Amino acid sequence: MNITVTLFAQVFAFVLLIWFVNKVLWGPLSAMMAARQKRIADGLAEAERGKHELELATKRAAEILREAKDKATEIIAQGEKRGSELVEEAKTQAKVEADRIVAGAKADVEQEVFRAREQLRNEVSAIALAGAAKILGREIDAKAHNDLLEKLVAEI
Amino acid sequence: MSATEHSGGGTVEYIQHHLTNYCVGDCDPVTHQAAGFWALHVDTLFFSLLIAMGIVFASIRLTSRLSTGTPTGFQNAVEGILEFVQGQVRDTFPGHNPLIAPLALTIFLWVWLMNFMDLIPVDLLPLIGGYFGIHYMKVVPTTDLNTTLAMALTVFVLSVFYNFKVKGVVGYLKMFLFHPFGKFFVPVNIVMTLIEEIAKPLSLALRLFGNMFAGELVFLLIALLGGAATVGAGMLVWLPLQIVLDFAWLIFHVLVITLQAFIFMVLTIVYLGMASTDEH
Repeated sequence: MNITVTLFAQVFAFVLLIWFVNKVLWGPLSAMMAARQKRIADGLAEAERGKHELELATKRAAEILREAKDKATEIIAQGEKRGSELVEEAKTQAKVEADRIVAGAKADVEQEVFRAREQLRNEVSAIALAGAAKILGREIDAKAHNDLLEKLVAEI
Repeated sequence: MSATEHSGGGTVEYIQHHLTNYCVGDCDPVTHQAAGFWALHVDTLFFSLLIAMGIVFASIRLTSRLSTGTPTGFQNAVEGILEFVQGQVRDTFPGHNPLIAPLALTIFLWVWLMNFMDLIPVDLLPLIGGYFGIHYMKVVPTTDLNTTLAMALTVFVLSVFYNFKVKGVVGYLKMFLFHPFGKFFVPVNIVMTLIEEIAKPLSLALRLFGNMFAGELVFLLIALLGGAATVGAGMLVWLPLQIVLDFAWLIFHVLVITLQAFIFMVLTIVYLGMASTDEH
């Protein structure tokens, strides 16, 4: 029979080799491979997240762009409205001003007319008095003939 | 008749010479076979330990400069083997045991490399050994039953250990008492389970030993073709035939050594997996 003490030496060698392989080959290599697997998984997740974020950002950018456009349209509309409002306002203001000026002028004219009339009245009364005095040849007591004069003036 | 006898004697001598270990200790001085238990097969130990050291040093060299990035060359190859073994363990072994995968990897690498010694020309290393005064040398450690049985026994001890650990003493005993035929055939069950359990390491050891021994024998026979016709015009026929046959057997044997290493590994996983399951 060929079974000798070599058998036990080989058992010993085998066990030792298992220990060594576990220590220097399997352990480090599988740890490294697990680390790499994790890194790849992380990278993929990161890429996925990046893609998702890009999508979100694109969506947000489109939204912002749309909002900005809307706002711009709104502002333009508002501006236009404000412009027409301003024009309208200026128009009405001008009209009011014109009316006021016209009214003032009218009042002035009326006043002037009134004053002229008043002056004229006074002058007429004075002329009448003077005429009458001349006619009568004597001084007329203005106070005595006030009623008469007043009537005269009113008739003018 | 005498001529053939002489030739036959040479052939037998040649083959025996190649299949005899370098024995130290309790050896027969004439046949150089181990005569008792205290005999060391130095060549078996030398080559298997050389290969083991090669594995260890290659591993240290590899793991000292691992890169998490894209693996190249040697690292890639080793990673491939590792993933292959890992896949086998994951497919075959139930649950998780941190020992199984390194054990399987060790078996695969060591057995494959020891088998690979078979592919080195049969006369090369003994010739070199001859210059150093070593006249008996069996290069392939797996053609020594001691090596294969050593591994098989280690696996067996582990499987018994896991049987006890997972099933418990009672569970393990129950398996012996009631396993194949139920509770009415207890004596038969004990015998059957005993045979089954003992057959596992024995078949593991003998399969590998037998395949490698036979493979080596075929190499030797092919090597004899050229050697048998060293004179005359026979060389013109025998030498090319030897080369062709050697090459063909070499290619076939690459498959055989890989297959044997693989079978040893897978069966180890299966046996330990059976030991680690608690359902019968």
